[in-house]
Amino acid sequence: MSTTTKSPATRPPAAPPPRRRRSSLASSWSGSDLRPALLFVAPATIGFLVFYVWPAIRGTYYSFTDFKVLSAPNWVGTENYQRLVEDELVWNAFGVTLQYVVINIGAQTVISLGLAVLMHRLTRSMMIRGALLMPYLVANVVVALAWFWMLDYQIGIVNVLLDTVGIDRVAFFGDSAWAIPTIAMINVWRHMGYTALLIFAGLQTIPPHLYEAAALDGSGEVRSFFKITMPLLRPVLAMVLVITVTGSFQIFDTVAVTTAGGPVNATRVVYYYIFELAFSRFEFGYASAISVVLFLVLASVAFAQIKLLRAGESDLS
Amino acid sequence: MAVLPAAADAVTVRPRRTPRTRISLGRSLAWLFMLGSLLVTLFPFYWMLRTALSNTRALASSSESMLPADFTLGAFERVLGLATTAEAIAQGGSGASVNFWLYLKNSLIVATTTTVGQVFFCAMAAYAFARLTWPGRDQLFFAFITALMIPPIFTTLPNFVLIRDLGLLDTYLGIVLPGLLMTPFSVFFLRQFFLGIPREIEEAAMIDGAGRFRVFLTIILPMSAAPVSTLALLTYITSWNDYFWPLLVGKAESVRVLTVALGIFRSQTPQGSPDWAGLMAATLIAALPILVLYAFLGRRIVNSIGFSGIK
Repeated sequence: MSTTTKSPATRPPAAPPPRRRRSSLASSWSGSDLRPALLFVAPATIGFLVFYVWPAIRGTYYSFTDFKVLSAPNWVGTENYQRLVEDELVWNAFGVTLQYVVINIGAQTVISLGLAVLMHRLTRSMMIRGALLMPYLVANVVVALAWFWMLDYQIGIVNVLLDTVGIDRVAFFGDSAWAIPTIAMINVWRHMGYTALLIFAGLQTIPPHLYEAAALDGSGEVRSFFKITMPLLRPVLAMVLVITVTGSFQIFDTVAVTTAGGPVNATRVVYYYIFELAFSRFEFGYASAISVVLFLVLASVAFAQIKLLRAGESDLS
Repeated sequence: MAVLPAAADAVTVRPRRTPRTRISLGRSLAWLFMLGSLLVTLFPFYWMLRTALSNTRALASSSESMLPADFTLGAFERVLGLATTAEAIAQGGSGASVNFWLYLKNSLIVATTTTVGQVFFCAMAAYAFARLTWPGRDQLFFAFITALMIPPIFTTLPNFVLIRDLGLLDTYLGIVLPGLLMTPFSVFFLRQFFLGIPREIEEAAMIDGAGRFRVFLTIILPMSAAPVSTLALLTYITSWNDYFWPLLVGKAESVRVLTVALGIFRSQTPQGSPDWAGLMAATLIAALPILVLYAFLGRRIVNSIGFSGIK
């Protein structure tokens, strides 16, 4: 307060600067801070326009051209889209990716749900939570290489252990029937602690008195789980699934450093196929068309999940 | 309140149904599952360390040993470029020159620049969205949020073309630029916190003659130190671990980050006898800074997943 009364006294009362300041102050209360606001959002908005909006438009445009990076794009209409319908490798890529997503999400959700409930009902230990989260903090590439070594056919510890127990060795990356399940389980390993913590956060919103009441009524842990936890967790679980499924479709890093799409086409997932088309064969137009399709698939999957699981509504009222 | 009499009832009516033995059996099964998960989670980290401290040539003969095979620091010396070619080959290295010091430096530069820029500019935008009133604010914010739904691949290909046209391939700037100014998530994350800061504090400062920018720097940012540093931490980790984008625009040795270097190192190892010890030493070097960060700030990261939900 002291400064405001002081400053007009030291300056001529009619001087413009104080009056300007007062008027801008007044406007900030009554309505618009347009000028400062524009300055504040300018950097982020430039980033948004240049690296999100503009490329989204350009990407859609490329998908209708024969763009090859080195020459200018020519409009070819829906040719790329007709081509991808007939391209067996595209169908293979989506099939393989779907297989990956089903194994990855299925195993991950069940294990994470189990871990989350155990964290909730068994222990509050920060150490345990911290340890379970560790794999998620390490780069995909690091995780992929660590398992690539542990699953090595000859001297990888997993195969050595299988051998000592008397089970036949498995060519985890070399056998086309095993490659996708292997990569899916590696990423379950990386994500299970993280997903468990997301679900755990949801569990903490369930009022504890519900469990106490149920226990006093003679309900066991298992029954409480199905009658209380699952229904009340549904919205959280739905959101977790939307996030993890969308992420799962974008599998790339693990494939890129281990199998590079092989054996034959067994792990040539959509992301990797797009990557190869664009950067080994420079078919940017065609690669863009596939990424448009992937975007549409992801959007519909997310939409369907939200509808089916009624993610927005809670049973807790 | 209606619960209480019923509950009391249940206790008096069925006191014998306290299944102590069954619960403790269930409990021990639960603990078994938890400990098993912990073992599965932590064992690969130990195995990376055990292998990195081994001599590659000795790995095959003692593949089942839980301790390093023929203990040596040679693998670390090799990938950090401290060993001579002869020494490297003697321990099963390929002899190709690798310099993970350089890649470590590149990763530090890229992750630090991205984090500082992104967090600062997103904080500015979040402040305008949370605290200032101006026409078009809600529409622009909605547009930002919509961009959360766009899968990266959709914008990655055109962004690559843009960076190439700007002549920024194989430069730090090219790697950093797309994430330097904003990500929709960061804006969204910080806005949620800025909304909760009491207006009175700001208004008092403005009566004292502080401009909007000074209020932002001296009041808003310090008051949000916890969420801002949490976001910085998450941004740093994400940037450090990113592989796809730097693989596209930063393959050149001078700007190569750790993840890209690892991929190249792996593809260069001879198919028949990979340099496993070297590879594991390199992966540990790539993982270590994050794990050290985690050792100090783990609680904050773990808690952030509770409230941020998505990242």
